[in-house]
Amino acid sequence: MFRNQYDTDVTTWSPAGRLFQVEYAMEAVKQGSAAIGLRSKTHAVLACVNKANSELSSHQRKIFKVDDHIGVAIAGLTADGRVLSRYMRSECINYGYTYEAPLPVGRLVVQLADKAQVCTQRSWKRPYGVGLLVAGLDESGAHLYYNCPSGNYFEYQAFAIGSRSQAAKTYLERKFESFPGSSRDDLIKDALFAIRETLQGEKLTSSVCTVAVVGVGEAFNILDQATVQALINEFEISGEEAPATASVAEEGAGDAAADQGGAAAEEEVAPMDI
Amino acid sequence: MPKEHANWSPYDNNGGTCVAIAGSDYCVIAADTRMSTGYSILTREYSKICKLADKSFMASSGFQADVKALQKVLSSRHLIYQHQHNKQMSCPAMAQLLSNTLYYKRFFPYYAFNVLGGLDSEGKGCVFTYDAVGSYERVGYSAQGSGATLITPFLDNQLKSPSPLLLPAKDAVTPLSETEAVDLVKTCFASATERDIYTGDSVEIIILNANGVRRETEQLRRD
Repeated sequence: MFRNQYDTDVTTWSPAGRLFQVEYAMEAVKQGSAAIGLRSKTHAVLACVNKANSELSSHQRKIFKVDDHIGVAIAGLTADGRVLSRYMRSECINYGYTYEAPLPVGRLVVQLADKAQVCTQRSWKRPYGVGLLVAGLDESGAHLYYNCPSGNYFEYQAFAIGSRSQAAKTYLERKFESFPGSSRDDLIKDALFAIRETLQGEKLTSSVCTVAVVGVGEAFNILDQATVQALINEFEISGEEAPATASVAEEGAGDAAADQGGAAAEEEVAPMDI
Repeated sequence: MPKEHANWSPYDNNGGTCVAIAGSDYCVIAADTRMSTGYSILTREYSKICKLADKSFMASSGFQADVKALQKVLSSRHLIYQHQHNKQMSCPAMAQLLSNTLYYKRFFPYYAFNVLGGLDSEGKGCVFTYDAVGSYERVGYSAQGSGATLITPFLDNQLKSPSPLLLPAKDAVTPLSETEAVDLVKTCFASATERDIYTGDSVEIIILNANGVRRETEQLRRD
């Protein structure tokens, strides 16, 4: 993308029908360190690469608990992500106060998307520079959504965002068909494998990544370093390739299926809204 | 022209009594389970005790609709605290929050008479007693509600706290053991039930100590 005369304001269309400021915001997401998410029928896992400014500083927090049944991983401007997490927590608390029930994930992501859209249509605002992977549980099972600065959101079986996320996406595309039936631990292992792909040669240790899980009977929680390191050791030592699980679902399960969540391919899994 | 008065009141009193006793390493919080209005009983099995945090329990008598609203507000505030600080609120912190929340509605108060019990950060029992608008004090024991006037003199006799005005400050907690304290509470309610018409049916007792939480129920006279 090169500088042009239509990219100064978010409220300026280009002749080709593009809003460059929004696209630049999405670039900011691509610059952030990687975050990946994947889900089965009953569990959703978020994992991210920890980036630290220097050896002297602490890692940036990229995974936030929003409620017992929802968590979010961010990539991009983490300050924007923090603010949006606070908004999400507030929405969950208010909904819980009024209805004494957990806020359905699908509702939350729509609210988040609408909030992002506002910033693409006000001359005195700028789009949020952060992509959010929202993992949550509702009555129909586990869900994973991706909210981007444009105000769009999609549901995913598995997804990766941030720098070098393509490597993780390639891995996930190979494995995603086995995810719906995966056990919790296999799902976490797959998440770690995907993270390892983004590191491209760098050694995977628990100090470089953070993993969080939410599932049926398990409130959203961030796994502690010792647990993560133990899991990493398990598969590094056994020299295991990624867990090869049996069933391959129906055909035509390319990228399209992951994006649109065809009901045909995953009837038993939580339905995705299209 | 003499002022016209409203022909309805926003408040009602659902009766009931709450008691809490602080020990050196435990805390007992108790409340009867009768909910009434006027001379009628609405239910015999209503809990007036709410867990606000791992180590803070609040028992409230008065207008239960206001009590419920107060409990919800405090629970939500505790959630926010946990998100921001990554830990549970301590009992003294919750005590201050409750006071501030009550005073916030100084000119349309929560009709709730509260007693907050729990363990402080040293593991010692703590009890805080409140009025309807948030005035509070840490004490060794307290009773609130319709039977409070019957129970407090008895507790004074059994547990008299050193005056909070003493210097050097004397510990407020009672030297009683946990089982002795629970028995004392049961005795209090049995006595109050005899003479207070709004207290009875059963008493719910929460015992908080280093090992966790325990819950006991004891039947009371139902008349």
